[in-house]
Amino acid sequence: MRHGKYPFVIGFLAAPVTIYVVFVIAPYAQAFYMALTNWRGLSPGKFVGLENFQRLFTNDDAFWKALQHHGILLLALPLITIIIALFLAFMLNVGGGSQKGIMTGVWGSKFYRVVFFLPQVLAVAILGVLFQAIYRPDGSGMINSLITKAGLEPIGFLIEPKIALWSIIAVLVWQAVGFYVVLFSAGMSNIPKDIYEAAMLDGATRMSMFFRVTLPLLWDTLQVAWVYLGIAAFDAFAIVQTLSVDQGGPDGSTTVIGMEIYRNAFTYSKYGYASAMGVALFFLTITFAALSLRVSRRESVEM
Amino acid sequence: MAIDTKPASKSAAPSPEKTRREVNILAGFGHAFLAVWALLIIAPLIWTFLASFKSNEEIFGDAWTMPGALRLDNWTRAWSEAHVGQYFLNSVFVVALSTAGTMLLGAMAAYVLARYSFWGNRIIYYLFVSGLAFPVFLALVPLFFVVRNLGLLNSYLGLILVYIAYSLPFTVFFLAAFFKSLPNSVAEAATMDGASHTRLFFQVMMPMARSGLISITIFNVIGQWNQYLLPLALLQGEGAEDKWVLTQGIANISTSAGFDADWGGLFAALTMAILPMIVIYAIFQRQIQSGLTSGAVK
Repeated sequence: MRHGKYPFVIGFLAAPVTIYVVFVIAPYAQAFYMALTNWRGLSPGKFVGLENFQRLFTNDDAFWKALQHHGILLLALPLITIIIALFLAFMLNVGGGSQKGIMTGVWGSKFYRVVFFLPQVLAVAILGVLFQAIYRPDGSGMINSLITKAGLEPIGFLIEPKIALWSIIAVLVWQAVGFYVVLFSAGMSNIPKDIYEAAMLDGATRMSMFFRVTLPLLWDTLQVAWVYLGIAAFDAFAIVQTLSVDQGGPDGSTTVIGMEIYRNAFTYSKYGYASAMGVALFFLTITFAALSLRVSRRESVEM
Repeated sequence: MAIDTKPASKSAAPSPEKTRREVNILAGFGHAFLAVWALLIIAPLIWTFLASFKSNEEIFGDAWTMPGALRLDNWTRAWSEAHVGQYFLNSVFVVALSTAGTMLLGAMAAYVLARYSFWGNRIIYYLFVSGLAFPVFLALVPLFFVVRNLGLLNSYLGLILVYIAYSLPFTVFFLAAFFKSLPNSVAEAATMDGASHTRLFFQVMMPMARSGLISITIFNVIGQWNQYLLPLALLQGEGAEDKWVLTQGIANISTSAGFDADWGGLFAALTMAILPMIVIYAIFQRQIQSGLTSGAVK
């Protein structure tokens, strides 16, 4: 290139790099140090080594509950979402059967795709408020109105500790499915049509076509979906904060690490302790991402 | 995603009888499931819309009755007394500036990193990309103090800068790949004609990268519009209520609506928050779908 490359390069990078370092890199770096102090905002925090982590893992019920909930989320959210989305995407792309040898989607595929994706553009915080009304524990709730009409006892979706977490998972699935329908549809449309045709000629049923053709060839996309949903399972803050009773209740039965970080930092001013939770969350997320990429890479199909 | 509809001459499987029966059962079940899922998406939204016209008595009565009258005063109350109008405009203001800033700064950084070789290029690139691996919660506490020490707590400038900063990793990652894929010949021709580096970027490369820029703009607008944690942490303190963005305002209304027992107003507020998004989505659904999934498909 011509003269004046460096002034140009520096000029273009100065602002973005400065903003990024000040607001992203510096806080991340500080978090690791802060996690080793007992800082509570007023006096300068004292360095306490791994004491925060010791307390976290031996003496913090809320944190353990949150960990368990992430475990449940980590299994349930990807599994349920992917199964539903796969089925819907299969119906929308191949479910119409063969129109004289070519696989098509069912009637109304375009409409369904638009509708399914819709929740994706709505804010989770707003959905939390919306679902409070849907889940209301008496006949004025949208679901319980139907249940009581059928002559059954209303269900305390959010106030019953045993099902509160599942009610929240249901909202997350409700929102996420459409995204993965679109994602899987894109993957399915990349599968060459003649593979289906050959399978049809060999007398494959729809079922075996799905398991022997679609699923293996969609493996890379599924892997992406799994990692995305798994990372989402470590968040869930906004929905828990806006939807659950007492922000993580009843009795801590829906709390997540993000919720505990927020509470410890901004309600109790335990900044060092909250940072330690952040560090724990970071290692959990990273471990999950590394593990799932490792496990799934081996099995991908060469095309 | 186009579905090939042209008829092919080949006839299908060996036992058409068996296949047809199997298709019918699966298609029947499949159709039903598609319809049920669509209903599960639409019903709550329509229900909310209807509830925005109901009185408190109607809301606490049977959930599946129509509103007795078109109570538009629910909407007026939500707009003015519950400040939904103001929260809405706040959100528009913040997201307009932060997305514009993200796109400008992100495109500048991505362009330089993708098309110029200089010492430290890779370091800066990986510095940006590594941001994708960190959960925001890890930074939350220190970030709060960084913003406070800069005197930007409870200010739009602080929130906008933070939005930009946290949108940069993905924006730079995506756009750098995009700028790399653009042909060299046009850039060389422009340089021969005496275009400066800056002009080359704004007048040649930016227009060429339009489709990528649009995808990421949509991605950022929706992500920043729906952001909840960052404004919750950064817009607090004295007089913060006036500055709240829409997600914060709505989340708070649900608590205060409980105190004021104004449920009609709550549903009107919810509808106001949801309806514009549905309208925008209905118009741009193709671009929005590809914009939001662009990260995953890459």
